[in-house]
Amino acid sequence: MTTTNRIHAEDLVDFASAGSAGPRPFQSSSRAARIRRKWYEIIGLTLPAVAIYTLFVLVPMGFAVYYSLFRWRGSGAPSDFIGLDNYIGPYGALKDPLFQSALMNNIKIVFGSLLIQGPLAIAIALLLNRRFRGRALFRMLVFVPYVLAEVTVGVMWRLILTNDGVFDTVLRDLGLDSLVRSWLGDPNLVLWTVLGVLTWKYLGFAIILLLAGLSNVPEELSEAAAIDGAGWWQIQWHVTLPLLGPTIRIWAFLSMIGSLQVFDVVWLVTTQAIRSLGAANTMATYMVSEGFLARSWGYGSAVSVILFVISFGAALLYQRLVLRRDLQGALTERS
Amino acid sequence: MATHAVALPRRRRRGNPWTSALTYGLALAVAGVSIVPVVYVILGGFRTAGQIAANPAGLPNPWVFDTYLRVISAGRFWRYVGNSTFVALGTTLGVVVLGVCAAFALSRYRFRGREMLYTYFVLGLLFPAAAGILPLYLLLRDLSLDNNWAGVILPQIAYGLPLTIVILRPFLLAIPNELEDAAMIDGSSKIGFFWRILLPLSRPALVTVGVITFVASWNAFLLPMLILNNQNLYTLPLGVQQFQGQYSSDTAAILAYTSLSMMPALLFFLFAERQIVGGLTGAVKG
Repeated sequence: MTTTNRIHAEDLVDFASAGSAGPRPFQSSSRAARIRRKWYEIIGLTLPAVAIYTLFVLVPMGFAVYYSLFRWRGSGAPSDFIGLDNYIGPYGALKDPLFQSALMNNIKIVFGSLLIQGPLAIAIALLLNRRFRGRALFRMLVFVPYVLAEVTVGVMWRLILTNDGVFDTVLRDLGLDSLVRSWLGDPNLVLWTVLGVLTWKYLGFAIILLLAGLSNVPEELSEAAAIDGAGWWQIQWHVTLPLLGPTIRIWAFLSMIGSLQVFDVVWLVTTQAIRSLGAANTMATYMVSEGFLARSWGYGSAVSVILFVISFGAALLYQRLVLRRDLQGALTERS
Repeated sequence: MATHAVALPRRRRRGNPWTSALTYGLALAVAGVSIVPVVYVILGGFRTAGQIAANPAGLPNPWVFDTYLRVISAGRFWRYVGNSTFVALGTTLGVVVLGVCAAFALSRYRFRGREMLYTYFVLGLLFPAAAGILPLYLLLRDLSLDNNWAGVILPQIAYGLPLTIVILRPFLLAIPNELEDAAMIDGSSKIGFFWRILLPLSRPALVTVGVITFVASWNAFLLPMLILNNQNLYTLPLGVQQFQGQYSSDTAAILAYTSLSMMPALLFFLFAERQIVGGLTGAVKG
């Protein structure tokens, strides 16, 4: 009954739209065929993408929620149901000091990245936005660290920062012996070392985004300001920066999401030993050590769910509060 | 024309030499910080472990080419390069084909639920990919896709689709309707229009999406690390990590291996810089 109704309704719509081109009363069956064909095409075009995206991105998260309710070592189907114990039980993730330290480290990385990379990237982007010979080359060099694989970056900095490695040697050669530290071995320091490596790796990304934003700032505005007697600094502060707002807000969003999920660089630069002290672990490295390496799939899944809720919640919140205006067309529907 | 150009006021006064020197100085400093560690790794491969131990910060003296040759010929370096290429090409092909088909339906057809479907994909941009990795591993194991390139390629395609669709849809929407109408009047079907007109027109956007996907796949670490146990299937990032573990005492060899492993990405970047940058910024501009 509903099906026939639906077809009938669509026929009417189609008939109405055909009205402008002249009535064709005898073609209604071929019209239905065309509508059917349209739907076949839509389904044929979208179904593969929808299926693969649903299966490999969304479905696993559902499984994580289910697995997280069990104590499960990964063989056979999960059967030892323990409710929310993996979350809030006496040995649950939220009560585990190692998880708490991982969460705190993530938060430090989020704010550290924003506060260090943000001003640095803005300054460098303004610098590289000036006209000078060789500017294109400088822009390219600054972007190189971002293109390197995380593994490359991790292995590279681990060697550079090793005790009495090249970094320490250069410091000594510069007469800065007092600055030499056990960069990757000191539990109080290692997180800041990691933050430094992350800054080195991802600063270029922020700079490129900001340069693209700057290229959208019409030159007439700064020229008009210059004619009115504004100096370079005044122009940057009063004209350019405000217009860069949307770009900065989107960069901050991407940076925040990346920082909450960070895995590769941390995993490769630090040792398991120092991570297990809680000195440099993140939610993602903790999840992989506990779930994958220690084969506590139920517990690891609980950590996944917490990581998901925090990241997704932060993303939605940020989008609601900050990005609403900027993302028209990208993350909201385009009219 | 020429006289006219002369008559126009100069756009910019000649800069103060001190300002210009300062600009260069700062730009050099920034570029130096970005590039010196990379140069160090490349040069380190031309030294011996002994040279490096004696003076970590020195230049090659004498230059040694043996380490690079050893890495190229002995290890499974080329096998890993081949594996990475295969996985990255498979991922790129899948993302581009599935992405452009979906973006076509989402931009050139009118149907109920279209915006909802688009939002469904866009949600993937907010979705933290790392969070799902453990259950994804279990799912792939149940599908017998662990230790299998398909187990890396299929999820990478899935991760790549949201950004691809977000980049492609506005591009396809911007192609004028008159073109489509003209094709229809000439007797083309909708699919014919897609194949013969829309695809050739959207080549720049497809290249951008393809380059971004390829580099992301080439550099991927976490998913291959969980899925691939068999060394014959390793991608290059896994090879780098394994090499570092095996030859931890031979610093020169690690440096040589690492610098060789970053060459493909660097070269690719040199050729495709515009596409990568354009794509990243295009996605942000929406």
